[in-house]
Amino acid sequence: MVVGESKPIEEILAMVADFDKILLTGCKGCVTVCNAGGQKEVGILASALKIARKKEGREIQIDEVTLERQCDPEYIDQLEEPINNNSYDAVVSMACSVGPQYIAARYEDLLVFPALNTTFIGGSLEHGVWAEFCQACGACGIHNFGALCPIARCAKSLLNGPCGGSSGGKCEISPETDCVWHLIYDRMNRLGQLDKMANVVMFKDWTTSRDGGPRKIVREDLKQ
Amino acid sequence: MRLNYPSNVKIVNVPCTGRVDILHLLKAVEDGADGVYVAGCLEGDCHYLSGNLKAKKRVAYVKKVLEEIGLEPERAEMYNLSAAQGTRFAEIAREFTERIRELGPSPVGSGAKSGAEAA
Repeated sequence: MVVGESKPIEEILAMVADFDKILLTGCKGCVTVCNAGGQKEVGILASALKIARKKEGREIQIDEVTLERQCDPEYIDQLEEPINNNSYDAVVSMACSVGPQYIAARYEDLLVFPALNTTFIGGSLEHGVWAEFCQACGACGIHNFGALCPIARCAKSLLNGPCGGSSGGKCEISPETDCVWHLIYDRMNRLGQLDKMANVVMFKDWTTSRDGGPRKIVREDLKQ
Repeated sequence: MRLNYPSNVKIVNVPCTGRVDILHLLKAVEDGADGVYVAGCLEGDCHYLSGNLKAKKRVAYVKKVLEEIGLEPERAEMYNLSAAQGTRFAEIAREFTERIRELGPSPVGSGAKSGAEAA
């Protein structure tokens, strides 16, 4: 999933400082799963902002709506009713950064703000803890590394690791960060594939990654 | 025991403090409570094992939010006591009311109110 986290409330308060009526939009997709921008987090942020503004003696009206997803135009349709029937000063989105961009594209004259920092593609390690597992390089090769990704999980994205900073299974950047190359070695050892580690992996073709500019996938079989 | 505790403390009953949500506590502040505290069972004594520990973490989160928006985090608190400790219940109510009195009325509130959640 796309993992995000809330911006500091102070930063969001500054964004809406000039407004008296806003629409706060959540997303029922990834950011609900990572407890950053679902219906519940929308309620909490709305309450915190209202308390802060009441304290200043300048109340703010905040309407709340949580869309099925904010990364599909058909779900942005769910904003038609609230936006057309209210004169909002701005919309604040608690989706990943795709959400506010979709809302801005639909409503050309409306100010849109992001309430989250979109952080990484990852998964949960336990309830309340998430970690990065993928860097969306566009050419997955994890099968060469015991199904573990050295691009996303090695601090140096080494393809022929580990480096000298690996100690006791941990990375030199932090005692809490696993050395993925240590994990790769252990797993390939268990799988009886250590001989494959003797192969030198050639440099990666990054054209499928961001180096090739913004990416797009077109599926002619699905396209209308 | 016929113990007295300050009448400004309004009690919201919940089956277990594990049911208390961050939003419940924030809404109390938003609606004008000068302070809000959660009275849960003693740690280790939760009938549902970890309800009071979850509440403790949520209170800590609310304290952080209050601080971020410029309110005193002391306006939210977690207390632990057993259902058999009536004297302690009254004592906590007095103690918290005194703390809030010293902090003064909430700049958010429209009137002097205080809330409590108990299980």
